[in-house]
Amino acid sequence: MARAVTTRRKALNTAIAWTIGLLIFFPILWTILTSFKTEAVAIANPPVFLNFDWTLENYRVVMERSDYMRFLWNSVIIAGGSTVLGVIIAVPAAWSMAFVPSRRTKDILLWMLSTKMLPAVGVLYPIYLLCIQLGLLDSRIALVVILMLINLPIIVWMLYTYFREIPGEILEAARMDGASLKDEILYVLTPMAVPGIASTLLLNFILAWNEAFWTLNLTSVDAAPLTAFIASYSSPEGLFFAKLSAASTMAIAPILILGWFSQKQLVRGLTFGAVK
Amino acid sequence: MATQHSRAAARFMMAPAVFVLLVWMLVPLSLTLIFAFKRFMPLRGDRIESGWDFVTFFPSLDWVGFDNFTRFVSSSAFWPSVVTTLVIVGGVLAISIVFGVLLAMLLDQPMWAQGFVRILVIAPFFVMPTVSALVWKNMFMDPTNGLFAHLWRAFGADPVVWLSDVPTFSIVLIVSWQWLPFATLILLTAIQSLDSEQLEAAEMDGAGPVSRFAFITLPHLSRAITIVILIQTIFLLGVFAEIFVTTGGAFGTRTLTYLIYQRVLESQNVGLGSAGGVYAIILANIVAIFLMRIVGKNLDK
Repeated sequence: MARAVTTRRKALNTAIAWTIGLLIFFPILWTILTSFKTEAVAIANPPVFLNFDWTLENYRVVMERSDYMRFLWNSVIIAGGSTVLGVIIAVPAAWSMAFVPSRRTKDILLWMLSTKMLPAVGVLYPIYLLCIQLGLLDSRIALVVILMLINLPIIVWMLYTYFREIPGEILEAARMDGASLKDEILYVLTPMAVPGIASTLLLNFILAWNEAFWTLNLTSVDAAPLTAFIASYSSPEGLFFAKLSAASTMAIAPILILGWFSQKQLVRGLTFGAVK
Repeated sequence: MATQHSRAAARFMMAPAVFVLLVWMLVPLSLTLIFAFKRFMPLRGDRIESGWDFVTFFPSLDWVGFDNFTRFVSSSAFWPSVVTTLVIVGGVLAISIVFGVLLAMLLDQPMWAQGFVRILVIAPFFVMPTVSALVWKNMFMDPTNGLFAHLWRAFGADPVVWLSDVPTFSIVLIVSWQWLPFATLILLTAIQSLDSEQLEAAEMDGAGPVSRFAFITLPHLSRAITIVILIQTIFLLGVFAEIFVTTGGAFGTRTLTYLIYQRVLESQNVGLGSAGGVYAIILANIVAIFLMRIVGKNLDK
């Protein structure tokens, strides 16, 4: 606002916002803190916040006992593979829709979006059955393909909204200056498209990493990613708070950091350009 | 700029994306539709004989007409699951919209370290659903060792057994924690596009904070709120992991999605579950139509 804001008012805003922010963040903070406690301290009453003997024991135990690296690797392959595959398929499509729009472009975009609205549970058995028939149950390939398909509409939409912002005149100008098609793509378009593609990759990697319907229902051992690994702690093992916390922290830490970079793209990506 | 040649090239570039999505939509959907009219219980010996069955409409399975559809809605679990679904979707929407608007307005105020507070508020959205469900279930809601139990005892009250005493409320709480950040972020983006001169003019004309909120801010946010409602509804209808790892559908927390999951994978009554799936698809489409209208209008701009 244009009018001067008093320092007191600003201090008050800051205090309220920080309190609420910390309250919302608290479950995550508490999980991270608990992961460094011993099991006894983790359930102590009254709860201990910072003044305990920090230990890495839980991380060691979790990694030893549960073959953590395999789950992590599955998550990386599934989330990364589906995102990259999706972007490879989506870039040409979004490109042509943004630069050579036709009367049907809008219908195609909306139709793609409508496939995203299909409730997963409605097609659970057919997909399950097809996986069995193709011998792909509990395989990473099946999940890469399925997560690629459920995120493809978002990927196309995000890329489309980014590409549409690239001014077409710039291409014409380059052509007038005698740029060949190769030069045009390499030196004019790519530099302008890279940021959009990068943000699309980032947001969809996060979405795929956290996907917890197909990953829970189509994996058991070999292809199980971190979502399934954490779900396995819902059995009696869940009573070990410190180990649960260590496992949880490892599963969410990388994505929290990536997520913080993708705040802006999140709005664009998940509202399909309707809120900017 | 678009010549005949580039039109053809454009169609060619679009083909892979359109093709895979078409297959993804049509194949599973038609299978669900076929199974919904079949008796198909793998545990009772109903078998698919070979791959050819997929193109010959599964001759080894008996057609049963609309039996599955009527049995799905007449089972004793159906209406409770509809109610639970409405409570969870409605509850989370109410919480995330009301608090989302308040939080967005707060975050829009001038303050120090605004970026950092935003990071704190948005963080829960990036936590994977199984983690947030388990952390809440054990570390907060556990009746013996959970933080809430400690807190209740500190005030001399008996700890609440959250997931069996107030199971649906607990799940609403967990899911709201994940979706409030999403609503806040979108509403904040919308609020920041509000012209502050409008607010100042209203203030000079003597409008108090309440009427400024009711007649300027809220109308300005109405579109963003609608979008949040529609998008969240689509996602919330499919809430699964949060129920899967907390109550497993017990204590009346079985939503329509969870009921269908149980019919299909747990009791392996595929016909019945597929009929439920068809209902879920119809329901989701009703919501989707409204969302698509808004998004479509935006495309024309």
